[in-house]
Amino acid sequence: MFSFFKKKKPPVVEPVVSTEPTTPTAPPAESIEPVVVSEPVIETKVPVTVTVTPPPPPVAAEAPASRKLSWTERLKSGLAKTRDKLGKSLAGLFGGGKIDEDLYEELETVLLTADMGVPATTHLLKEVRERVSLKGLKDASELKGALKDALHELILPLEKPLQTDQHRPFIILMAGVNGAGKTTSIGKLAKYFQGQGLSVLLAAGDTFRAAAREQLAEWGARNNVTVISQEKGDAAAVCFDAIQSAIARKIDIVLVDTAGRLPTQLHLMEEIKKVKRVIDKALPGAPHEALLVLDANTGQNALTQVKAFDDALGLTGLILTKLDGTAKGGVIAAIARERPVPLRFIGVGETLDDLRPFHARDYIDALFD
Amino acid sequence: MLDNLTNRLSGVIKTLRGHARLTEDNIADAMREVRMALLEADVALPVVKNFVASVKERALGQEVMGSLTPGQAIIGVVHEELVKLMGAQNDALNLAAVPPAIVLMAGLQGAGKTTTVGKLAKLLKEKHKKKVLVVSADVYRPAAIEQLQTLAKQLDVEFFPSDPSQKPVAIALAAVDHAKRHFFDVLLVDTAGRLAIDAAMMEEIKALHAAVKPVETLFVVDAMQGQDAVNTAQAFNEALPLTGVVLTKLDGDSRGGAALSVRHVTGKPIKFIGVGEKLTGLEPFHPERMASRILGMGDVLSLIEDVQKGMDQAEALKMAKKLKSGKGFDLEDFKAQIQQMRKMGGMVSLMEKMPGQLGQLAKGVQGADADKAVNRIEGIINSMTPQERAKPDLIKASRKRRIAAGSGVTVQEVNRLLKQFEETQKMMKQFTAKGGISKLMRGMKGMLPGM
Repeated sequence: MFSFFKKKKPPVVEPVVSTEPTTPTAPPAESIEPVVVSEPVIETKVPVTVTVTPPPPPVAAEAPASRKLSWTERLKSGLAKTRDKLGKSLAGLFGGGKIDEDLYEELETVLLTADMGVPATTHLLKEVRERVSLKGLKDASELKGALKDALHELILPLEKPLQTDQHRPFIILMAGVNGAGKTTSIGKLAKYFQGQGLSVLLAAGDTFRAAAREQLAEWGARNNVTVISQEKGDAAAVCFDAIQSAIARKIDIVLVDTAGRLPTQLHLMEEIKKVKRVIDKALPGAPHEALLVLDANTGQNALTQVKAFDDALGLTGLILTKLDGTAKGGVIAAIARERPVPLRFIGVGETLDDLRPFHARDYIDALFD
Repeated sequence: MLDNLTNRLSGVIKTLRGHARLTEDNIADAMREVRMALLEADVALPVVKNFVASVKERALGQEVMGSLTPGQAIIGVVHEELVKLMGAQNDALNLAAVPPAIVLMAGLQGAGKTTTVGKLAKLLKEKHKKKVLVVSADVYRPAAIEQLQTLAKQLDVEFFPSDPSQKPVAIALAAVDHAKRHFFDVLLVDTAGRLAIDAAMMEEIKALHAAVKPVETLFVVDAMQGQDAVNTAQAFNEALPLTGVVLTKLDGDSRGGAALSVRHVTGKPIKFIGVGEKLTGLEPFHPERMASRILGMGDVLSLIEDVQKGMDQAEALKMAKKLKSGKGFDLEDFKAQIQQMRKMGGMVSLMEKMPGQLGQLAKGVQGADADKAVNRIEGIINSMTPQERAKPDLIKASRKRRIAAGSGVTVQEVNRLLKQFEETQKMMKQFTAKGGISKLMRGMKGMLPGM
């Protein structure tokens, strides 16, 4: 898939260099062709940035640096690797030259490898083609703007920040497949809400997996938050207790952890429906938010997951985790098309602060610039 | 598992079947469909391109000319290529080393490493009669060590204690030492999940590998993984001398493209697949079967294995004896059979493995409904007194009303069950004439509602 880099080498060098100084935290890890070409050029132009960022492991360099960064920068650095792959290949595409069928095909490749899926990719390409012919765009670099706009239009409906001030306690039910990062997300969410001055309580509803309770307890201890759990028993019962306790203690936010489940496990889907019913019994109208945790590594199955959990629980939001890897989470484009459930948060790293509200424009910018 | 791929490819093959012969044109159409189907199943793009190219080349070649019909030929080609892509055979775990044979697990966060360690420990202990020691070198995730400890306790396998304050390499070396001194056959080393681009963590696992020198280094991959599977697999493959791949969460729906991608990139055999949350859910990977299934040919072999595994031999013998002794087949036995069937993973998982259209049929409506119907039957039987179960003839109108009320169904449903039971009983009587457990199995089919 890198063949086109070689083909368009001369025009590539220019834009890569110009973007490099603005994103000093994104040094190329594996030396991909165009980067190798551009590296000496950077050195002569901006030697300072190079001395700051020479270590090839970008994550190691970013972790300490990102502590003092604003969150957009943090998102950018979190997505640096994502951008490195997608953005760089796009930079290659948009480097200039004419808009032709080859370009569209390469664009298709890039979108498909970002997990956007066939329907969303086809849709985006059609949009871009229309924009190009409407505005009479000629240059390949203008195509980038058109693509960004089309993608923005597509995923903007997902940008709806979570409002927690309508109810007290505000009950959040977390669901997801095994290993998506539910418990870790709860730890991060607890920190996030505490940062807003809200009191938080955790309910250890994962009564199935070994040591899930201990894992949540550990997150609770780190955040100094109470965790309600039971030795054994029913997830729904734990939730009931937790809500009772939250009401008594006048807690603002209750985060309910549940066991990971695949949508094909019908009995487990029934179980989580029961958890929801019991929560409603404990506090009419609750849960106020049903969040599905999605792993950015997941391919098109993420869409199936959203549909299945939405049908079972009536999802009100999504969390996309593990965006700090090489996965691009492009499947949200597919989700936006077929089942637009608001994407409340994205996880861009391993520390407690690395969960951020989703902003479509920032996400796209971080992906492309 | 891989159902979408099956559907899409079945569609393609159907359109091809309509044509008298394969031409450049209709092959191109079909290949585009195959490409889209594979992409939707999350097979990575480079792998898809490769696959499509080789199928096309072969389909247009002489092999098609020599075969009976063009349709058969292309199914054959796609099937063969799929098998080739996934590896020619199923490789078992290589434990031929000076004990302890060390197995190292590696993978992304949430891929299912710890659960796989548990499943593997159970398999080695029960099927291979090995003395197994497990150790966790995951000092990062909260309660990761406790998770393995709990699993070990459930399995009654020895757990080597470790502590988050220790260094992973130190933990592993201590565990190896312990395993040597206490004559363990196998040591399973669980590690923390890591991103392939996290250089520090990749260094750590390299050091871990160098320190313990495992005979098997297994890469654990989530079957739901998308296009990025290629990048991850490549990075891990470059960092570690992998010996095999474990594909997890294959009981999820419709994906599994990662199986093709990972296999293509690493060239390492997929040794096991993880299905289900129970610790028994680890099965050997059969590329042949998987390919057949993709093409809608069904996975009959796995089905047979499932049946053998789920069938409680003692229970079956008891039943056979009972039948031989001439004492009739009663509702209690009927219930026992239902429970046996549930042990095999329920109707859905059994039906999914049925070939072709039967499988499709089962998938859509029947699967979930059949499971429900089976539950209902059990509920109705549970509402009967022991006497009624032994002598169903006793059940007349008022008893029926009571049973219906007790199990929350209508009287009609109780009637239906009794009728079904009568038919099964008749069938059983036929079997007793000749006997044999194998025939009992077939008998089950008769009692399934709506089949």
